[in-house]
Amino acid sequence: MITMTREEKVETIAKRAARELHNGDVVNLGIGIPTYTSNYLPEGVTVILHAELGHVGAGPAPEPGHEDYYCANASGNPSSPLPGSSYVNSATSFALIRGGHVDACILGALQVDTEGNIANWIVPGKVMPGMGGAMDLVVGAKHVVVAMEHTAKGDIKIMKKCTLPLTGAKCVDRIVTEMAVIDVTDKGLVLIEYNPKFTIEEIQANTEAELILADDLKPMITEV
Amino acid sequence: MKGFVSVQEAAAMVKDGMTIMVGGFLGCGNPYLLIEEILKNGTKDLTVIADDSPRTGRGLAKLIDNRRVKKLITSHVGQNPNVARQTEEGFLDLDLLPQGTLAEMVRAGGAGLGGILTRTGVNTIVEESPWTHSKINIDGVDYLLMKPLHAEIALVTAYKVDKAGNGWCRGTTRNFNELMPMAADLVICEADTVVEIGEIEPENVMIQGMLVDYVVKGEPR
Repeated sequence: MITMTREEKVETIAKRAARELHNGDVVNLGIGIPTYTSNYLPEGVTVILHAELGHVGAGPAPEPGHEDYYCANASGNPSSPLPGSSYVNSATSFALIRGGHVDACILGALQVDTEGNIANWIVPGKVMPGMGGAMDLVVGAKHVVVAMEHTAKGDIKIMKKCTLPLTGAKCVDRIVTEMAVIDVTDKGLVLIEYNPKFTIEEIQANTEAELILADDLKPMITEV
Repeated sequence: MKGFVSVQEAAAMVKDGMTIMVGGFLGCGNPYLLIEEILKNGTKDLTVIADDSPRTGRGLAKLIDNRRVKKLITSHVGQNPNVARQTEEGFLDLDLLPQGTLAEMVRAGGAGLGGILTRTGVNTIVEESPWTHSKINIDGVDYLLMKPLHAEIALVTAYKVDKAGNGWCRGTTRNFNELMPMAADLVICEADTVVEIGEIEPENVMIQGMLVDYVVKGEPR
C-alpha cells in the first residue's frame, strides 16, 4: 500500500470535502482539516460561514495589525466580517444550528461507525476538553460530513460500533477520507468513491465496518 | 437601573461561595475589569456559569487559574489546562454541557421556563448530567429535558451603555452577554463606553436597562 504524507492526506480530504458545499450554503467548519476545505471551494461556489460564537458570514483572519477585539472566530482568534454578515447572541446562533438552518457542517472525528454515530470530543487518556458546539452541530446541520484521516496512524477509526463516548447518535451523512468517500445508509456504510491510489481491498482492510460497494462506485475527484 | 458604581464597589458585591454568570466567548466579551477586581479581592469558592474558560491568563480564566472557582458549569475548557488539572485533583467540580443547550438553559432561567427540550445530547454522556431531568419521547423523537440555570449575580459587558443602563454589544461580544442579564438576581454591566440616553436607538438595545442593577465604566478594547 502506498503511503501518503500528512500534507497529501489533508489536501486530498479538504479538496474532496469542499465538493460537498454548494453555492450559497451556510456552513460550519470544525477546526483542523475541515477549516482547510474553504481553501478549495469549486469554481463559482461561495459559502456563508457560520461561527458558533454568533457570526453569520465570517471572513478571513485580518492582516496583522488590523485585529479587532470585537470580532473573533470560534477558536477565539481574530476574525473579520464580510459584507452582508450579521452577529447574533449564543441562543440564536445555536437556534440556527439546531433548527436546521445551517446547510452543512464539516467536522473531524476520532471514530465514526456503521450507524452514523460519531465520537469526536474526548481524546483518550486526556481530561475532557468539553463538547463545545459539536453536539448541537451534529444533530442540527442538514448535511453532516466527517472529514478525517482514514486511520489514526494505523488505528482504525471507521468502526462497526464506536467505542469512545459519542458526540451524537445516528447523525453522520457522509465520511470523506484520503482513501474513500463513504455514505451512511440504512443498510450500512456504502463506499461511493475510492482514491485510485488504493485498492478496494486496502480500503476495507483499514476499515472495521463492512463496506458495501455502491452500484456506481467511482474514483474520488480531488481536483479543484 | 440603580446607578453607576466604581469597579471596586461592584466587585465587592460578589461574595465567597456565590453563583455567578459571566458573559463572553473565549475571552471575547468577558467583563475584564470586574474579573480583575474580584481577583484582587480574594473572592473564592465561586460557582461560575459561563460558555467556556478562555486560555490561561485571559479574562475569566484568571479566576480559575487562581483557584477561585470551585464549580464550573460550561461547554468548553480545552484552552485552559488548569481546568483539567484542578478537576483531576478534585478541587474543581466541572459540569460540561453542549453549548447550544447551555445557552437555552440560561435563556430558560431568565424567561420563566421550567426547562428546555433538545435533541442535542441524546444517547451521549449528557444524559447523565445533573442538569438533565429526563429523556422524553414526543411524536417518535427523543429529547432531553434540561433544567433552567439561575445565578445570584450576572457579570456582563456591553460596548455602549446609556445612562438608563441600556446596552448595545459590539460584534461577537454579544454571545452570552445578551442572555445572562435575565437569568440572575443582580446584574452588573461593564460598559466599554457610556453614552447619553437616546444614543442607542431603542430598537438596537440588546440588554434592557430594566434588567441591569449597576453599571461600571470600563474601557474600549
